[in-house]
Amino acid sequence: MLDRAPVGTSAKDETVRRVRFRGTGFVPASSRFGGWIALALVIAIWQAAGSTGLVNPLFLPPPSAIARAIYQLAISGALWHHLSASLLRIGVGWLLGTAAGVAVGFAIGLSRLARSVGITFISALFPIPKIALLPLLILWLGIGEEPKIATIALGVFFSTAISVYSGVDAVPRNLIRMAQSFNVPFATIVRKVVWPGALPAILAGFRITSSVALLLVVSAEMIGAQYGIGAFVLQAGNLMQTDQLLAGVVILSVFGLMVGRVINWLEIRLLHWR
Amino acid sequence: MDLIASHITHRFGDLAVLDDVSFTVSAGEVVAIVGPSGCGKSTLLSILGGLLLPTSGAPELRGSPPADSLNPLTFVFQDFALLPWANVEENVEFPLLHTQLSTVQRRALVDDALRRTGLTDFRKTYPKQLSGGMRQRVGISRALAVRPAILLMDEPLSALDSQTRELLMEDFVRLLADGGMGAVYVTHNLEEAARLADRIVVLSRRPGRIREVVSVPMTRTERGDIAAREKLLALQNQIWSLIRNEAIDAEREVQHA
Repeated sequence: MLDRAPVGTSAKDETVRRVRFRGTGFVPASSRFGGWIALALVIAIWQAAGSTGLVNPLFLPPPSAIARAIYQLAISGALWHHLSASLLRIGVGWLLGTAAGVAVGFAIGLSRLARSVGITFISALFPIPKIALLPLLILWLGIGEEPKIATIALGVFFSTAISVYSGVDAVPRNLIRMAQSFNVPFATIVRKVVWPGALPAILAGFRITSSVALLLVVSAEMIGAQYGIGAFVLQAGNLMQTDQLLAGVVILSVFGLMVGRVINWLEIRLLHWR
Repeated sequence: MDLIASHITHRFGDLAVLDDVSFTVSAGEVVAIVGPSGCGKSTLLSILGGLLLPTSGAPELRGSPPADSLNPLTFVFQDFALLPWANVEENVEFPLLHTQLSTVQRRALVDDALRRTGLTDFRKTYPKQLSGGMRQRVGISRALAVRPAILLMDEPLSALDSQTRELLMEDFVRLLADGGMGAVYVTHNLEEAARLADRIVVLSRRPGRIREVVSVPMTRTERGDIAAREKLLALQNQIWSLIRNEAIDAEREVQHA
């Protein structure tokens, strides 16, 4: 039995006090315009620092100079020239890596043999910086688009495979047992239970692999390409054209944001049940 | 169709869970399985339903299931096991998707199952929008859609509050009233067992052995009467006296584990 500790007898306090509210905080909610206001503020300060000569425009050109550079790149056609080369590499590399990663991830998630073999190889190869393999891939595949695409595909493959088999592992076993209890065939269980159950992890993986693809395309283009945003940024840096350089960086940032938006849209469409 | 537990013994590694459990569930009969925590009730149900291979012994079926039965042994799960990405209607239709039934036939079975469980107005609702009781109704509706011969119910009410439990218990009594469908009802709640079962299999603490099989000397309809309450209470006390000491030992064992 739980007993209360004895208390001494004293005069009863009749003062009425309101109980202090202690449940504040730890529920961060982002305001709708807060981020945009902060961004506008940073750009304004940056512009002011450049316009007043506080910062040397050679080292950090003001946003207006970067916008001008982007505009000039766009009207000269150079922007599309570089961007299309990068988009092609990212698109093909990401699709190849994702297709292979999803297939291998599902195999590891569903088959004992594939898991034993696959996890060993993935654990051994995943930590290798994929860009370090570019020279080897150039030796194997020549100096065309193939080694750059292969580098991106490799980088995307490992992250995708890991997120897919983690997603498959996270599918509640009770749902699989439920399906089995109704004699639902294996293929239908994979299609109707495992795939939708793993989809949140797979889409989260897409978010990571799109960043990986962007990182690798820029690195690969810096090492061995004439065209592409990475090559453009490197050339601009070599010529001290920092406005052009930052124009390339801004384009990369916008591309990353757009990919993020697409994945957000996919999540809203496909994971509405969460 | 009868379901027979034939000398079922099961071990998880070194841990003996069930020891030579044998009993028969006749067609249309409701058998409750009770016993102390960890005595292997749910394990036994998984074995009976073919979801777990026993170390020795086997679950067996005698006779043919009803011609219209699409899944003679059908589970109702404690945690409902609903697909969160599918709405009520899709969840109920899920076990029918791989059958040879046409869309019209499937729709008819789903409509009937939803009507019997009072879910017709909730067919487009997603599980997360439903209360626990309503989710379990979806689980029951899904089970009914496949026209089971025997329902295998694993503590179907234990995740629910007492009022919802009472309402669903009334539904179970109604569903099983005509004797067209049998059930194995695993529970730790003796009141539920006494309300629903024709016979109660009392298991000992781990490894679970049959201590006693108690017949409930009333029809399920009679058990709704006030006069029957006393008899049912006496029956519960009789079963509780069988398992009380072992339940205490089992609880201590869990605490020390």
